[in-house]
Amino acid sequence: MNETLVAIENLSVRFDGRTVVDRVNLALHRGDIITIIGPNGAGKTTLIKAILGIQAATSGRIMRAKGLVIGYVPQHLHLESTLPLSVKRFMQLSGQPLARCISALERTGVSHLLEASVHHLSGGEQQRLLLARALVRKPDLLVLDEPAQGVDINGQAALYDLIRQLRDELNCGVIMISHDLHLVMAATDKVICLNQHVCCSGYPADISHDPAFIETFGRPVAESLAVYHHHHNHSHDLHGNVVGSGPSRSVTGHDESHAERQEGCQHEHH
Amino acid sequence: MSIIDAVLGDFFWRALIGGFGVALIAGPLGCFVVWRRMAYFGDTLAHSALLGIALSFLISVPLNLGVIITSVVLAIALMLFSRNKTLATDTLLGILAHSALAIGLVTLSFMPHVRIDLTGLLFGDLLAMNRNDLLWIYGGAVIILALLILLWRGLLMSTIHEEMARVEGIPVERLRLLLMLMFALVIAVAMKMVGVLLITALLIIPAATARRLARTPEHMAALAVVFGFVAVGGGLSMSWYLDTPAGPSVVVTAFATFLVVYASAGRLVFRI
Repeated sequence: MNETLVAIENLSVRFDGRTVVDRVNLALHRGDIITIIGPNGAGKTTLIKAILGIQAATSGRIMRAKGLVIGYVPQHLHLESTLPLSVKRFMQLSGQPLARCISALERTGVSHLLEASVHHLSGGEQQRLLLARALVRKPDLLVLDEPAQGVDINGQAALYDLIRQLRDELNCGVIMISHDLHLVMAATDKVICLNQHVCCSGYPADISHDPAFIETFGRPVAESLAVYHHHHNHSHDLHGNVVGSGPSRSVTGHDESHAERQEGCQHEHH
Repeated sequence: MSIIDAVLGDFFWRALIGGFGVALIAGPLGCFVVWRRMAYFGDTLAHSALLGIALSFLISVPLNLGVIITSVVLAIALMLFSRNKTLATDTLLGILAHSALAIGLVTLSFMPHVRIDLTGLLFGDLLAMNRNDLLWIYGGAVIILALLILLWRGLLMSTIHEEMARVEGIPVERLRLLLMLMFALVIAVAMKMVGVLLITALLIIPAATARRLARTPEHMAALAVVFGFVAVGGGLSMSWYLDTPAGPSVVVTAFATFLVVYASAGRLVFRI
């Protein structure tokens, strides 16, 4: 097992008596890509903020590896229009030398925008800039909050693909929130379905059969995902380990093949 | 020495040198006021300066010190109050700004032995600047500029994206407090120049003017200083030739510069 980057034990976060994150356990290792999915208000953002160390836990523990460098890619960069900012200056605010900033921008494919104003970037360009900004610090852990929001469908697949490549290059862990179920299922090692508590977690192909997943997302969604995965399992078998473009995932070699149901998972509240 | 004495012995030159000193720090700090949408906050601190003056008379401490202490206490009170989100921040600021101003005025009325130029406090008395004031202004300027240079990256990062800054280990809360202390200091030293009612204008207008032409935050801060110099120089000349009040003349010049820059650069909008 790879080095553990973050371990969460029994983490709960409550706001004004309302439980937003309920007794979550989670371990994130170097090389993992974990995606958190779940309905609105499920506590996904609160959970990653706790991992980032910017949201205090009400109870439970979060342990981070010593000297852990986190690269955070927020959902948006709400830049005040009164603040003039070029891509170059924004990258340099990381405190890293310009050469490294430029190579990070090259890696995410936006180095041609070096002199552009951050205000004028498209959704996809902004996400790639934020990704480069996270990369330049050579993170051990990448944390992304809906990285593909505001990106067109082709761009989304490419972005998830890039995240996977970066995981391989940096040998870092990745944890992200996503609503793009199909893409997530294809690009992720492990999915956590959150609805305050962890409803179910496991490998993408298995989780879509999980009763708790079906209950949370509805049967049509689960079935469409199952079909999708059948297709990709098949192509995976034909071509062996697929790398590069196109959705690929690797389940073979893992010792678990079934989704892990969280004990005591009850859904009386919806 | 005689040249310095000749220059500082002249009220016009003292006003000009003092005004430039204030513009030097109001430029970059004004940028943060604009970027962080703290205009109303600056106004509130400025209004509380009058309370600070009243209290300084009451307990006989130097005026500048009284103003700084009152502003700092108010800034900290605001931070604490705003954590309790029952009242919107602008409502809270409105309550504190005008209450502080009113309490200041009422307190002053209880001290009839204190002869005080209220108009000077409210609208500034730039031409009455003495050498002691210059010392305060340039002392404050050195401290603030040193802090800004030292903390620039952290301040800017926490302005751009607070959570990202926190993840990167930037002490966001401490920086916010330091920024408030710097505002308190600039208000204390600039009060004499344009008065408590016009200080915010001196912070905001040069920065907003600079926004139209700037490409980077540093560029904007430097340009804001330049436009501050223009406002001080122009305002004092206006006051000299047209016999207008100096403080308001500085603000009028700043506003005129703003209009000219925005009109000549195209539309009156906050876009690049």
